[in-house]
Amino acid sequence: MTPSPVETAALTLLALSGTLALWRLLRGPSVPDRILALDTLATIGLAFIAVQAMAVGRAEILDVGIAMALIVALATIAFAHFLERSIRPEGGERDDGR
Amino acid sequence: MAAEVAVAALVLLGATLVLVSALGLVRMPDLLLRMHATSKATTLGAALILAGTAVDFAAVAVTTRVLAIVTFLFLTAPLAAHLLARVSYFLGVPLSHHTVLDELAGKYDPASHRLAGAGSRQGGQDQGPTGQSASR
Repeated sequence: MTPSPVETAALTLLALSGTLALWRLLRGPSVPDRILALDTLATIGLAFIAVQAMAVGRAEILDVGIAMALIVALATIAFAHFLERSIRPEGGERDDGR
Repeated sequence: MAAEVAVAALVLLGATLVLVSALGLVRMPDLLLRMHATSKATTLGAALILAGTAVDFAAVAVTTRVLAIVTFLFLTAPLAAHLLARVSYFLGVPLSHHTVLDELAGKYDPASHRLAGAGSRQGGQDQGPTGQSASR
């Protein structure tokens, strides 16, 4: 199945947004900037999956989206948590997470 | 026909929102402003696209999945944004030079990462305009 014009337009817009987020991921300048870009990139990927499910006409693809939404949110929270723990002088062991 | 128009509107609006938030991610001057641009708009954009998917399939199984994804997205995005903003403040990520006020400056204990004087503040200063005492 070929995607409809609406789906093509949406995929194009999302691909453009993904490129912009990737630019921020590579550019930085700080670690939270990169984490934010990664989070945004994953949400864009989630939207991409939804459009793709429509274009192909298979609802099972949305299961990938469920797993992605779960993992990405936990990853961002874990990144932030361990980043804070790594710079806090007391409380918990020091680890060199960066 | 009406469903197709609704799907097109939802999907295109959602994709445009995501693009605008990605533009904000690139163009905004500091991390907190970037988070302001992206963490809400991207979530809403993805939710709109997913809603469009649900309308397009018009099946209970798909709608349930979409509801699960959107609920989880809306539950976790603010959490992640809050934790990220908090850790960026402790890391000392520089604010934009347009910043006029940093109300948290000097109020965090650098050792424990707790607000200094959080316990002693409860008596006097918490009388807001509504008169409710913010006792937590």
